[in-house]
Amino acid sequence: MTVLAEIADAVIQGDGARVAAVTRQEIARGTPPKRILDDGLIAGMTVVGDRFRVHEIFLPDVLLAAKAMYAGMDELKPLLVRDGIPSIGKVVIGSVRGDLHDIGKNLVGIMLKGAGFEVIDLGHDVAPERMVRTAREQGASVIGMSALLTTTMPAMREVVELLRSQGQDGTIRTIVGGAPVTAAFARDIGADAYGFDAGNAVDVVKDLVGRR
Amino acid sequence: MILEISPAEVAPGRKEVLAQLGIPEGTDVSPRIEGLCDAAAELFAEHVAPTGVLADISVAEFADVYPGEGRNEPRSPVAEIFGRAEHLALFAVTLGGGISQALQRSFAAEDFALAYTLDAMASVAADGAADLAERRFDGVLRERGWSTPEGAVLRYSPGYCGWDVTGQRKLFAFLQPERIGLSLTASCLMQPLKSVSGAMIAGPRVIHRFPPTYQFCDRCEARTCRDRLRVLFSR
Repeated sequence: MTVLAEIADAVIQGDGARVAAVTRQEIARGTPPKRILDDGLIAGMTVVGDRFRVHEIFLPDVLLAAKAMYAGMDELKPLLVRDGIPSIGKVVIGSVRGDLHDIGKNLVGIMLKGAGFEVIDLGHDVAPERMVRTAREQGASVIGMSALLTTTMPAMREVVELLRSQGQDGTIRTIVGGAPVTAAFARDIGADAYGFDAGNAVDVVKDLVGRR
Repeated sequence: MILEISPAEVAPGRKEVLAQLGIPEGTDVSPRIEGLCDAAAELFAEHVAPTGVLADISVAEFADVYPGEGRNEPRSPVAEIFGRAEHLALFAVTLGGGISQALQRSFAAEDFALAYTLDAMASVAADGAADLAERRFDGVLRERGWSTPEGAVLRYSPGYCGWDVTGQRKLFAFLQPERIGLSLTASCLMQPLKSVSGAMIAGPRVIHRFPPTYQFCDRCEARTCRDRLRVLFSR
């Protein structure tokens, strides 16, 4: 097994200590950080995602793998920054104004990071203005919004309309999700996409940024 | 009345937690997921502080509470059932704020799998606390000699089956669950998050039977009403 394959395997096994150790080893061998990221960490998470999709493993396994991947990212990130290597895309996520539910949004964030995205998580109860402002300031290409209450869903429309009023709707794309949210609702408010669960949201965001 | 609930009464079984985690029954569960469940159970036992409140309400009073702020669906099961009820009560149960804080800490520490497992456990336990409140209300009716062999208690909550979540405001105004540490946000979200509120409707079990043909049933993915009715009519 190559070291890169070993990194991927350690991610799949959810073994953070081994991921960090073999990542350090590969860095010391002089392998470009981007290659370690793509062929080690992300390759491992891709296998995890594929196994999850076919129900070979379950969400807790995915989350253990994600944490293991973060251990490798901690080693790599300074080098990626040093080399000026961008992520595959920058996504701002948050639970919309009035909504304090975090779990679904957190899962999406974890899985987006696992797929190689840079995620700016604004937390919960996020005002539409803050979502749009952050996305513009950070140069994000996607805003992901989550709502678990029918009473907070209208805030999603506000974000979409705010982007439109600022002429940003072609630059910053939007994806919505959450238990009461449907594809029809997403269409109705003019969102660019709808994700029915965390795994699907990652695929949809990849489509939005043209990386699939 | 305040419902005294012990942690043991709401501690969920492994089977229910695995189901909530999306793991089908009969799956050969890996040791690491078993380990997660054990760790989450420890955290749960350490932080859960369940309690509840229950208050009788007359049909006339409920007729004022149920419409809430006028945002309910035009037709709903509760609207068609409560008038035929023999007894009604409003209730709220909570697992307390400690669980929410433990969840936030786990996520902040990037213990995602543990946090998710604890969240699943707490969701099952919150429903379990509501089930317990339902049984307590049934017990109260028995003590009062108001229970009949054909009778059954079933609970309904704002946010489900056409009862708009804004109905929480009138429910809270009547029930005053602030006395058990529950509050409502501007968006009608209960805090602490792992809480359940609603109405208990007691009467002949047949009044609870309704077909899933309301306007909103098409949009509902939960369909838990079907499971509840199945259980009710299998007793």
